[in-house]
Amino acid sequence: MTAYIRGVAILSPQKTFGDQGFPDDIVVHSGHGFMKCIEPAYRDFIDPMAARRMSRIVKMGVSSALKCLRDSDVPMPDAIITGTGLGCLDDTEKFLASIFSNKEKLLNPTPFIQSTHNTVAGAIALAIKCHGYNATYTQRGFSFESALEDALLQLDENQSKNILVGGFDEITETSYSLTSRLGLWKNHMVDGTKLYEYNTRGSLPGEGAAFFMLGGSAIPGNSVRIRMLKLFYEADGIDDINERINRYLTEDGIDPGSIDLIMLGFSGDNRTDHYYYHLMSGIFNDKPVTGFKHLCGEYDTSASFALWYAWHIIRNQKVMVQLLKENPLGEKINSVLIYNHLRGKYHSLYLLERC
Amino acid sequence: MEQLIAKLKAEIIDALNLTEITPESINENEPLFVEGLGLDSIDALELIVLLEKKYGLKLGTAEEGKKVLRSVKSMAEFIRANNKG
Amino acid sequence: MPKVFVTGIGIISAIGSDAESVRNSLRNKHSGIGKISLIDTIYKDEIPAGEIKATNDQLYELAGINRKSFLTRTALLAIIAAKQAVVHAGLSGKSLADAAVISGTTVGGMDRTEVFFKEYLKNRSKGKIREVAGHDCGDSTERIADYLGISGFISTINTACSSSANAIMLAARLIKQGKIKRALAGGADSLTKFTLNGFNSLMILDRQQCRPFDENRNGLNLGEGSAFLLLESEEITGNKKILAEVRGYGNTCDAYHQTASSPEGHGAYLAMQQALEVARLNPSEIDYINTHGTGTKNNDLSEGIAIQRLFDSGIPRCSSTKSFTGHTLGAAGAIEAVISILALQDQCIYPNLNFTERMHELNFSPSSEYIPDASLQHIMSNSFGFGGNNSSLIISIN
Repeated sequence: MTAYIRGVAILSPQKTFGDQGFPDDIVVHSGHGFMKCIEPAYRDFIDPMAARRMSRIVKMGVSSALKCLRDSDVPMPDAIITGTGLGCLDDTEKFLASIFSNKEKLLNPTPFIQSTHNTVAGAIALAIKCHGYNATYTQRGFSFESALEDALLQLDENQSKNILVGGFDEITETSYSLTSRLGLWKNHMVDGTKLYEYNTRGSLPGEGAAFFMLGGSAIPGNSVRIRMLKLFYEADGIDDINERINRYLTEDGIDPGSIDLIMLGFSGDNRTDHYYYHLMSGIFNDKPVTGFKHLCGEYDTSASFALWYAWHIIRNQKVMVQLLKENPLGEKINSVLIYNHLRGKYHSLYLLERC
Repeated sequence: MEQLIAKLKAEIIDALNLTEITPESINENEPLFVEGLGLDSIDALELIVLLEKKYGLKLGTAEEGKKVLRSVKSMAEFIRANNKG
Repeated sequence: MPKVFVTGIGIISAIGSDAESVRNSLRNKHSGIGKISLIDTIYKDEIPAGEIKATNDQLYELAGINRKSFLTRTALLAIIAAKQAVVHAGLSGKSLADAAVISGTTVGGMDRTEVFFKEYLKNRSKGKIREVAGHDCGDSTERIADYLGISGFISTINTACSSSANAIMLAARLIKQGKIKRALAGGADSLTKFTLNGFNSLMILDRQQCRPFDENRNGLNLGEGSAFLLLESEEITGNKKILAEVRGYGNTCDAYHQTASSPEGHGAYLAMQQALEVARLNPSEIDYINTHGTGTKNNDLSEGIAIQRLFDSGIPRCSSTKSFTGHTLGAAGAIEAVISILALQDQCIYPNLNFTERMHELNFSPSSEYIPDASLQHIMSNSFGFGGNNSSLIISIN
């Protein structure tokens, strides 16, 4: 099922929330640590009485969703579907810590209530009084993709629906410290402009909250649609991935030669970036290629940034100068293929088209 | 009593993260729930924790809870009556 | 559109570690709610729960997995139930590899995370880091896929107490739209210090056995467990034994408050109504409702009013089996779906324990006795969660 993008909003480490300057004014990560979102004035979107309980990630998710709603031509969505890999970490940590520091007595209930993954989707529904379908997915590198799959399924079931779908994840000091111990990130200084050149282990951690309003029909004027979404949890090596991507494109009647730009989820981690290099020198050998994780960092729902970025490129006909593969860009960029995986698993393939 | 009420107002604002509200703007006789400040059931739980943590006072029943938490004034009177303020 | 059939079930809970033992407990009114013994908590003797009386070591044995694999309790419960469903459906190898796995959970691997955190909070360089590798909700679903050799679509839903009901609903929708042919759908949640203290801070835990739909009810008992359904498209089941059909489903949002349900049960009403629409059934055709029935003042009133509004003068028999299992949070929807399937197979109504007095706001009472020969064709199962996530399933036999 094809889904038309009727509205978008994204909070990211870039100046992407509203007319803030992306892509002319790029934020480059430099040093240790992680990429953090540039946050708006939340009171522009959330009633202070509601916001007082919300942790940072909930405010991020809700603002992004409400902005998307505002910017789309849809007054009330039929469904609200979100995806998040790790949910509301800050409040989870808060409540856990309080259990031990207070020896299980006289605990404040607020962080517990706010720690559940569906807090964001629930808060959005509450803010706009939406009684429609409401779901939250949490499956690592498929968290956002599962939400999208459900949204596309909704449109298969009823083309006239409008679905508000989003992906969000936060990084906290604690989660950064723990995931560092698990060996996920680079342990040296990182210059974002050189992220793909280091040939070292680990990637650059990031975060974000992106929302999309999807509908079953185009809006006259400047429409971008999601033509294809394919997911596979595991692959049998790089040749299997090549074969699958070829097969999916063929099955959907898409000529790889017709795609204008390829967006790949290079993370800078030399343990798993080879999948991308293989594609770049294989079926996409003569295509211009761009990355996106130097802009938003690595997190479970980072493909939501890629989806937004691809939409932005098609809408504005502008790509950042830094390309991974300097094959010539055509005059128009009418289609973008995104391929991403999370540490060698959770492979996803998206095709966006102008229509 | 006035001092206790002022202290309570500040503690309530802090406990419930009412960052947009000043102690002066809270009328101690106004209802805290539904109307007035418009607090809800989660706030009630937080106030129960506050009473026990800061003043060592436990509320017996839900009925007692409703009465005591009606307004800042009733909370202050409850604290006073139990010689805790 | 093809029908969605159940060809296998698996379950582990406080009242039994497989379908047969669960069935026996239900028939004989043996509740699984008792003293907590496996969690280090000051509330051991004070707060009863539906704890599975098996240590993690015993669960490894039950699952047939080497202890060195290092799994969270939630993942162990999930694998045990998922394996049962797969064996029951007679699936293996290639026919299984293409199946989807869709699970529901609320706290994932928190049982290990909280063990880690105890050390970590004392000293930030302490604690065994692998204890948190399975923290996230998606971990147990991945473990199921890995152990069963599944490489298709996998996903996990977290919508609080309606998680696994939504997992079953998604699987059914994917099958109906022809996206997949079969799916393992269900959920798992283990008892944790985190949830015990969380619900205690909300002051909704009964210090006695819970009394769903009773006038003097005083809160819920937590539980733990896992259950899975093997769902297959009508197009591929052939002559296989069909246990039941997932006939209807509804998912709506109450959008009233973060934790409380609206007094008139608006979201609950809409979810049940939607399930009936999808199933193309009238309210009068529902023979039994397995209620969400947690035993809290708020839920039972909200759900009760919604049932009255929807079913009017023809309210079906109903009961809450949480009085046996406790509230198994993310696993509840699936556990109660399996219990509903057992009820359909045996044509009986399982009782709502600890009920003595009807709620004064309602004009109906749950069935407090076990009723054999109940003549059941269509069962509705409700799961309503924090955040206003209301879901309702309709499970039927021919």
